[in-house]
Amino acid sequence: MLFDLAFIWAGLIAFAVMTYVILDGFDLGIGILFPFAKSEADRDLMMNSVAPVWDGNETWLVLGGGGLFAVFPLAYAVIMPALYIPITVMLLALVFRGVSFEYRWRVQNKGVWDIAFFGGSFLAALCQGIALGALVQGIEVTDRAYSGGWFDWLSPFSILTGVAVVIGYALLGATWIVLKTENDIQVQMRKWSWWLGAATLVLIGIISIVTPLLDPVYFDRWFNLPGSLWTMVVPLLMLGLIWKFFTGLNDQRDLQPFLCALGFFVVSFIGIGVSFYPMMVPPTLTIWDVAAPDSSLAFALVGAVILIPIILAYTAYAYWVFRGKMDPSEGYH
Amino acid sequence: MLDGFSAETLARVQFAFTVSFHIIFPAFSIGLASFLAVLNALYLKTRDETYLTLFTYWKKIFAVAFGMGVVSGIVMSYQFGTNWSVFSDRAGPIVGPLMAYEVLSAFFLEAGFLGIMLFGRERVGEKLHMFATAMVAFGTLMSATWILSVNSWMQTPAGYSINDVGQFVPEDWWQIVFNPSFPYRLVHMVLAAFLTTSLVVGAVGALHLLRDKTDREARRMFSMAMWMAAIVTPLQIFAGDLHGLNTLEHQPAKVMAMEGHYESHPHGAPLILFGIPNPEERRIDYAIEIPYASSLILRHQWDAPLDGLDTIPDDEEPPVAIVFFSFRVMVGLGFAMLGLGMWSLWARWKGTIFTSPRLHRAAILMGPSGFVAVLAGWITTEVGRQPYTVYGMLRTSESLAPVDAPAVAASLIAFIVVYFAVFGAGTFYILRMMNKRPATPKLGLRDGPIRTAGITPAPQIDTDFIPRA
Ligand code: HDD
Ligand code: HEM
Ligand code: HEM
Repeated sequence: MLFDLAFIWAGLIAFAVMTYVILDGFDLGIGILFPFAKSEADRDLMMNSVAPVWDGNETWLVLGGGGLFAVFPLAYAVIMPALYIPITVMLLALVFRGVSFEYRWRVQNKGVWDIAFFGGSFLAALCQGIALGALVQGIEVTDRAYSGGWFDWLSPFSILTGVAVVIGYALLGATWIVLKTENDIQVQMRKWSWWLGAATLVLIGIISIVTPLLDPVYFDRWFNLPGSLWTMVVPLLMLGLIWKFFTGLNDQRDLQPFLCALGFFVVSFIGIGVSFYPMMVPPTLTIWDVAAPDSSLAFALVGAVILIPIILAYTAYAYWVFRGKMDPSEGYH
Repeated sequence: MLDGFSAETLARVQFAFTVSFHIIFPAFSIGLASFLAVLNALYLKTRDETYLTLFTYWKKIFAVAFGMGVVSGIVMSYQFGTNWSVFSDRAGPIVGPLMAYEVLSAFFLEAGFLGIMLFGRERVGEKLHMFATAMVAFGTLMSATWILSVNSWMQTPAGYSINDVGQFVPEDWWQIVFNPSFPYRLVHMVLAAFLTTSLVVGAVGALHLLRDKTDREARRMFSMAMWMAAIVTPLQIFAGDLHGLNTLEHQPAKVMAMEGHYESHPHGAPLILFGIPNPEERRIDYAIEIPYASSLILRHQWDAPLDGLDTIPDDEEPPVAIVFFSFRVMVGLGFAMLGLGMWSLWARWKGTIFTSPRLHRAAILMGPSGFVAVLAGWITTEVGRQPYTVYGMLRTSESLAPVDAPAVAASLIAFIVVYFAVFGAGTFYILRMMNKRPATPKLGLRDGPIRTAGITPAPQIDTDFIPRA
């Protein structure tokens, strides 16, 4: 084989998951911030700022799961039963928040679907964080199947990552609203961004310290010369972003805090990648152990190489169409 | 509450429950997306405001139905892993890439252009808006194509080999995608979606015609829907017949169950119109039969021999009663739809299509029949292929994830409660929107000016009605 298809696909899946996190992250974050909005008009504005794009954002989650199924079927077959409860709860939570976009406008009293929107967003974020933590901790596998218990996913570490994701998504949501709105709500969310940013960074810091201690292998990848010279780039990038984030907030810039918050996620994601590689399901299964036969990988790759750039192009176009500040007088469709 | 059931049974019930809910929305949104594209195109071409009003009306209903389709679909794509992980590991190399293509070529397309279709007419201009609407419709059809290819491959596997860890390995993608039952299933399902939608649109049109025969939008949609019903139903029956012949070739046990043929008939088999399967005695009680008709339909020769379930080992037999009844429900409704379509043609010819309350009542009655037929059809297909997930190769009992019954039971109960509550509410909102006439601005309620002051009272039934200027 000229190319290592499994390696390329690992990169593509990582890209899909990361795109999901940064796109649906602010979208779920808005749901998490929903109860804290000061008025019903503010809530309408917050929701309308994502209504035209939420479905596209969530489709990256389908690509993450569907892609895993397609190219790393064994990983999919092991991870899903291992994370049965968090995944099921996440799916149900997404049901509630997804329908709220439309239902909310179809009733006299929006209260119920406001709560559904908040609860669904919050739980989905929490479960995603827990699933991540559980995966980092490792999954027990014997004979191509999950062999752990029903509650292996629940640990102080996975709860920590769960909380971190909730707070981090809220940060993305808050900075998105800063970008999309003016006046009172923008002032409120700018203030919140400051606190949420600080909290996110503290949590990222704790997780970064704990992760290398979880498993000597992770430790090695981070603190082993000369490789660790490269891995030091990760914290340095982070420092630069932190600087830009807080100065952006102080200078009342609209876009800069949002981009930096996205940057926090991207850099953390690269950090996780450093810990993981070349594992797919730590501690036992590597990318190559779980990969589908080359004939499957090659077939799917053709489609991915052609279609992903097209998808990115029209997704960017959709964001472009709905660019700029929200107009409070514009109703729902 | 669900003690005593095995994890396998519970996982099957859970899959059947969630997918049955899911298919209801696609059956409607595939047809409605195309209908919207047609309405928009007709508006751009003729500049007749009636089409625009109808577009805006059905667009709002579409948005709710589509949302329910999306969230119920996301559940499906993860359920293969949570409940059927062994299946996922074994069949993943074949089924997975097809589903990845579905995501890449269909879901993103629908989702990417949906926002522009719903919110963007003013922002992007009419041409691009038309393009977005067409892309949403095209996306739903692409989605159906890929997922039906997946399902058909599971029914009639082709183009694969098996490797040393027991995985199905793709050998020939062309044969996999265009496996033997795929073209039939695709045509039959897409026609089913169009029919389902036209019956719903027809019922809504009929409802408003009963209230006001002069309602312009109601006339237009009723007429469009009845044309569809009259033309598509015969095609669908024809396609269904071909589909059955194809099934006879590849999955004879399923056809035996559909026909209720417990016994072989060496000298021509009867068509059992109705009866009650008796699995203990292995016969159909109270059968009403047409002698030789089954051989005539399936073999095109009245005395051709037909094998029965007695030629199939017991542990490869599907549950007969479910398949037998669900098949009859589908076919029965198919002929009822044909009846409605023909009646509408007759009324059209006589000039009473907008004025015959009897026709309108019948159309309202038939409104939900498409959903019932679609579900019945899928139940026939899916139960009829048991006990296999990959036909003849991988048994359902071997596909199961290493899950414990209590965990599956708990999640099953959660799905049932949540689905009935959430989708029940959505259905209620949709029905309430349908109950308003299309000319109602913003369909009342919260999303716009509810009522302009000082206007003469509108007809009693429709409190939000505002007469046209
Ligand atoms: C014949 C059509 C058909 C069938 C048999 C299925 N679906 Fe479906 N599905 C659609 C037709 C469709 C659709 C028309 O494309 C939907 C409905 C509403 C929508 O948003 O797209 C959809 C939505 C939809 C979504 C959400 C897509 C998004 O985010 O936009 C997912 C993940 C799935 N489906 C997955 C599945 C799986 C795993 C199935 C099999 C078990 C399945 N569907 C059966
Ligand atoms: C959307 C329309 C569909 C409906 C209404 C439907 C319905 C059902 C039902 C009722 C069963 C249960 C059969 C039994 O256990 O006796 C079943 C089984 C199954 N179906 Fe489908 N199905 C649909 C589409 C699909 C598609 C598109 C796929 C594959 C991609 C699929 C994969 C399966 C699998 C793996 C099973 C075996 C698990 C089980 O027995 O429950 N189905 N389906
Ligand atoms: C009246 C004539 C009809 C005949 C003879 C017919 C025949 C069939 C047959 C033989 C199957 C099973 C295919 C298999 O899995 O092997 C089937 C499945 C199905 N039918 Fe029909 N059908 C008819 C009408 C309808 C109508 C009116 C609808 C819906 C509006 C419908 C919707 C479906 C669906 C959704 C399936 C499952 C998917 C598939 O296998 O295509 N059918 N039909």
